[in-house]
Amino acid sequence: MSSSTKLSALDMPDVPMGHLPEHLHLQRTRVVCKADAPIHTEGIQYSGAYASTGVDISMGPNKFCKNFKIEVVRLTEDEIEFDMVGIDASLANAFRRILIAEVPTMAIEKVLMVNNTSVIADEVLAHRLGLVPLNADPRLFEYLSENDTPNERNTIVYKMEVSCKKGGSRVTVKSDQLKWLPNGSELQMTTYDSSAKAKSYTSFSCSQDSLPEFSKKPLGVRFDDIILAKLGPGQVIELEAHAVKGMGKVHAKWSPVATAWYRMLPEVVLLKEVKGDDAEKLVKKCPVGVFDIEDLGNGEKKAAVANSRACTLCRECVRGVNEELVELRRVKDHFIFTIESTGAFSPEELFIKAVKILEEKCDRVISELS
Amino acid sequence: MEHGSATDSSSSTFSLMDEDHTLANSVRYTLNQDPRVIFCGYSIPHPSENKVNIRVQTTGDPAKDVLKDGFQNLMVMCQHVRSTFGNAVDDFRANKSPEGMRIDTP
Repeated sequence: MSSSTKLSALDMPDVPMGHLPEHLHLQRTRVVCKADAPIHTEGIQYSGAYASTGVDISMGPNKFCKNFKIEVVRLTEDEIEFDMVGIDASLANAFRRILIAEVPTMAIEKVLMVNNTSVIADEVLAHRLGLVPLNADPRLFEYLSENDTPNERNTIVYKMEVSCKKGGSRVTVKSDQLKWLPNGSELQMTTYDSSAKAKSYTSFSCSQDSLPEFSKKPLGVRFDDIILAKLGPGQVIELEAHAVKGMGKVHAKWSPVATAWYRMLPEVVLLKEVKGDDAEKLVKKCPVGVFDIEDLGNGEKKAAVANSRACTLCRECVRGVNEELVELRRVKDHFIFTIESTGAFSPEELFIKAVKILEEKCDRVISELS
Repeated sequence: MEHGSATDSSSSTFSLMDEDHTLANSVRYTLNQDPRVIFCGYSIPHPSENKVNIRVQTTGDPAKDVLKDGFQNLMVMCQHVRSTFGNAVDDFRANKSPEGMRIDTP
């Protein structure tokens, strides 16, 4: 620098009042992914961080509500992909954590084995049964705690009876063999009191399919073709399975999502003009087609960014080059959320449920504080 | 549970049971946006225990009120997220049906 006096960032002639200078804005809103590691990953959230420059970066709920946007990109029966703009990573992560662990579902918990002569051990078979996704809406059920009796409001009972004939070919037991028993358990509990009436393992006061919610949609398994066991000739499996309500926090079988994830919106910027053969090389390097050739007329070719959203951060375009042509960035407040549901809920219902659960948590703490 | 000084109500530590990073990080973010807050942070004393300590230091207002406002703001933000999401899904469905095409993943 030729001049000896230092210039404050605010005194630079082209900085508009009330806004941060360009380099600070970049530092605050973008993660720059360099060839070795990303920089500017910390979120500068403190409202007084730039107080000395006179810029207020605090975002109260009103400002949030004005800037927040959601755009659905893809929506199928099992999957949803949508963009959330204007939200912080802590909230997006909170939604992701709740989707995976705190939205309740129904899953098989207790398995009463009557007969199992297959090669699959009892506990292994019970574990596999627990992981089968069920087509039951957990909002219609209550939690079953240790002291409660299992009744039609908190348990779903399934039966499986498969056998393989001696001399026949091997049988593959698939999840469609699980039959729903709307009347409750058919097994009798052994009582040592001969005068008492024989009790079953569940006390259903009325049949579940007489209830209006279940008559429309019979409670079964979501996918019919999940292989549970294989039987050789002469082997039998006879069991009864009880499904209860639970949360993914306790066991992953109660997680309503196959998975839920988010990524920040990629931003790919060309720092220099790339022309001719270098442009072709750059376009070829990218495996997902982020770059494209732009014809300038008179035979000249230039590289341009066509689809930065597809960038997977493989860093091929910045690896091994002598000078930096491309800068890979991520936008810190734009998230591309994907939710894959296992079938109990539809994916958009799942997200709404997750947000509701976060609200309920806040409510609980507020009432505790008061 | 609030652990603070009896004389100075502007700084205290709140211990929440049955909570983890899900709620604590979100409320730490909303608290930081409040101009009355000088310092805000959370810690988890031991990962096996479901306890979170949230420390709030303010410019003079009682820390309890500021924390409550933080949770209220978080609730408002969640409600807004829910309604915006609902509208976005409805818009997407409305835009899709006239085309009569369902772009299902193979």
